[in-house]
Amino acid sequence: MSDLEAFRQETRSWLEANCPPEMRQPVRDEEDVYWGGRKASFKSDAQKAWFEACVAKGYTVPAWPKEYGGAGLSAPQAKVLREEMSRINARPPLSSFGIWMLGPALLHFGTEGQKQRFLNEIARGEIRWCQGYSEPGSGSDLVSLQTFGEDKGDHWVVNGQKIWTSYADHADWIFCLVRTDKENKYQGITFMLYDMASEGVSTKPILLISGNSPFCETFFDDVNVPKSYGEDCPAYVGQVNRGWDVAKYLLGHEREMISGAGGGDRTAAIGAAMLRTTGELDPILRAELAMFDVDALAYTAMGEKFLDEIKVGKAHPAQPNMMKYAGTELNKRRHELMMSAGGSRALEWESEETGGGKPSRNWLRTKANSIEGGTSEVMLNVISKRILDLPGA
Amino acid sequence: MPLYHDEDQAMLADTASQFMAGEGSIQKQLRHWRDRNCKDGFGHGLWEQMAELGFTGILLDEADGGLGMGHVEAGIVLEEIGRNLTPSPFLTTSVLAATALKAGSDDLRQRYLPGIASGKAVYAVAIDEGAKHNPARIKTRAEKSGNGFRLSGQKDFVIHGSSADMLVVAARTSGADDDADGITLFAVPRDAAGMSHDAVRLVDSSMATHTRFDNVELDGDAVIGEVDGGREVLNRVLNAGRIGAAAEGVGVARGAMDMTVTYLKQRKQFGQLIGEFQALQHRAAHLYSEVEIARAVVIKAQQLLDANNGAGSEKAELMVSVAKAKVGRTAGLAVREGVQMHGGIGMTDEYDIGLYMKRDRALQEFLGDANYHANRVAELSGY
Repeated sequence: MSDLEAFRQETRSWLEANCPPEMRQPVRDEEDVYWGGRKASFKSDAQKAWFEACVAKGYTVPAWPKEYGGAGLSAPQAKVLREEMSRINARPPLSSFGIWMLGPALLHFGTEGQKQRFLNEIARGEIRWCQGYSEPGSGSDLVSLQTFGEDKGDHWVVNGQKIWTSYADHADWIFCLVRTDKENKYQGITFMLYDMASEGVSTKPILLISGNSPFCETFFDDVNVPKSYGEDCPAYVGQVNRGWDVAKYLLGHEREMISGAGGGDRTAAIGAAMLRTTGELDPILRAELAMFDVDALAYTAMGEKFLDEIKVGKAHPAQPNMMKYAGTELNKRRHELMMSAGGSRALEWESEETGGGKPSRNWLRTKANSIEGGTSEVMLNVISKRILDLPGA
Repeated sequence: MPLYHDEDQAMLADTASQFMAGEGSIQKQLRHWRDRNCKDGFGHGLWEQMAELGFTGILLDEADGGLGMGHVEAGIVLEEIGRNLTPSPFLTTSVLAATALKAGSDDLRQRYLPGIASGKAVYAVAIDEGAKHNPARIKTRAEKSGNGFRLSGQKDFVIHGSSADMLVVAARTSGADDDADGITLFAVPRDAAGMSHDAVRLVDSSMATHTRFDNVELDGDAVIGEVDGGREVLNRVLNAGRIGAAAEGVGVARGAMDMTVTYLKQRKQFGQLIGEFQALQHRAAHLYSEVEIARAVVIKAQQLLDANNGAGSEKAELMVSVAKAKVGRTAGLAVREGVQMHGGIGMTDEYDIGLYMKRDRALQEFLGDANYHANRVAELSGY
């Protein structure tokens, strides 16, 4: 038996012993997702047990090194774990922007002290992070951001406003792009880390067309941010004024993630499910569903190819932009078709039968897919410039 | 298996790419034979050169003089054929007919396979009846006659029909026109009495025939596989041909896209390169994205077919149709955008982009267009 096969057997029995049956169900709503943090509470004993078992094993962040709370799995081992979890429909034990965004940034740019402190906190679900990037005047043109940190020697005084801060109202800490040099556009931004409980920080949820408020406006009014949290633990990632490098690295990472690489529900075929839901399909809708399924199944193959190529460094560095573009456009189309197939039932906004208006709220939510993390238009710009090498600004 | 070419496959791609771009170029082959009104629509010299490189026997077992490779490798050659619009009997002979003959008796294999490996023979496959691909309905009939069969009916869109030394013909030996069972495949030699071809030149300068069978007498040993049991072999042939056509289509799409992107970097209007215009950049970037996805699903389907020894699992069948449909839509987009972005020059015969549009159109129809295969995806998915 190969080592990997032995690992698979071991993982399978560990999951059998530690993943409660209730945690082997698809995620139905936001409450099924455990985000961790100071204010967190578990929805059920099963959720708690599953989370704690994973923390002990390092499986909230399986590919991170053991000393930072991970399990130190190699890439092939991590793939086996993903496959085995997906085989039994195991839910992610912990979801967080710490895992997806700050963690990778710290692993790449962080000091040893930062890694010891922040990565362990993230792995154990102790601190819930949010991301402060966009501002009212800086969306696609993020580098024009204005939130300013005035240098006061051992600390900065931060003033400004962020927008589209996901779950800022539930977050404990923020990783935030702050201008620290007004003369230098690209080399005048610092990637700061600070506590959302600091004086002068306030959040205001934004009501979206879906009726939900996953995003906030976040205001900084004379917020004192110390430059250091102790020995070898600066309050910024990378260097002062070089936060754009970190942000760019993370944007690539985010696009990769949003692109839905590795498949999953966002890109699955839907025709057969729509027939089951509706009993019959109008021939034109059937044709559209068939064309959609062709695109969805082809995109799933692309996701597989992309991951395979990334592993061996064969993928074009700008390829995540293509994946993000195609994946998010596909997901919007998917929900349009699901609304069509659902008919008047899918219009219900609050009914029990629709789980509180899931079809319509999800449909509206997908409209943000091609806006957040870089708009489709920006993705196309990047493909034009970096892959096709087309001329111009 | 990872969804990219391994080292050997990458080497094959290099060889195929150099050969097709050189010997198989549009100037040397497609335009050359077209402008001479060649009755075959391709050059036999090139076909023999392809045999010397081992391409023609790529799917044949080594014992039969082939390379013993799979659909991924055949697809590598076809993608380069597509990029260079190289006219050749590769798809019909080395992919479709070879797949059929592999299911044949030792006698049939000994008679026909050496010609594939040596590039001396050209074989055609006669499946379609009518202007749209619909292999579920086969009306051409073969009645028992003595020790053999008597074949009657008409086949259409038989690529290379009048150039072929032998035609693989799907005929009905029992049952009703739409029955799944009752199909038999026959190897019909070119000199069979009662077979007549109405040869037509197609939009892409390739040659096809409407072929009539008027009481064509065939020996029992002309049967490929089992009498009445030909559907399974026919499905293999269709899978091989469809994924092959899809691979060629990816090549056509990439050829058209590359040519167009190059043009965007050369052509100036309003005092600037037209590739600086965002309206064109976004369309080119969208096209790139579609072509990448089409390529990925073609490799996926090729690997699924190869994993199953060409027998076709349910998943492989599904992905072959996904691939043919996706490539159909994508290559169509590539050639339409290509002609449009070239502007007036794209409408001229002198410029090659229009040749891509013509080849794409013919390839779309071959073994089922995007609509046919999207419908098949729906059926295979249960709706």
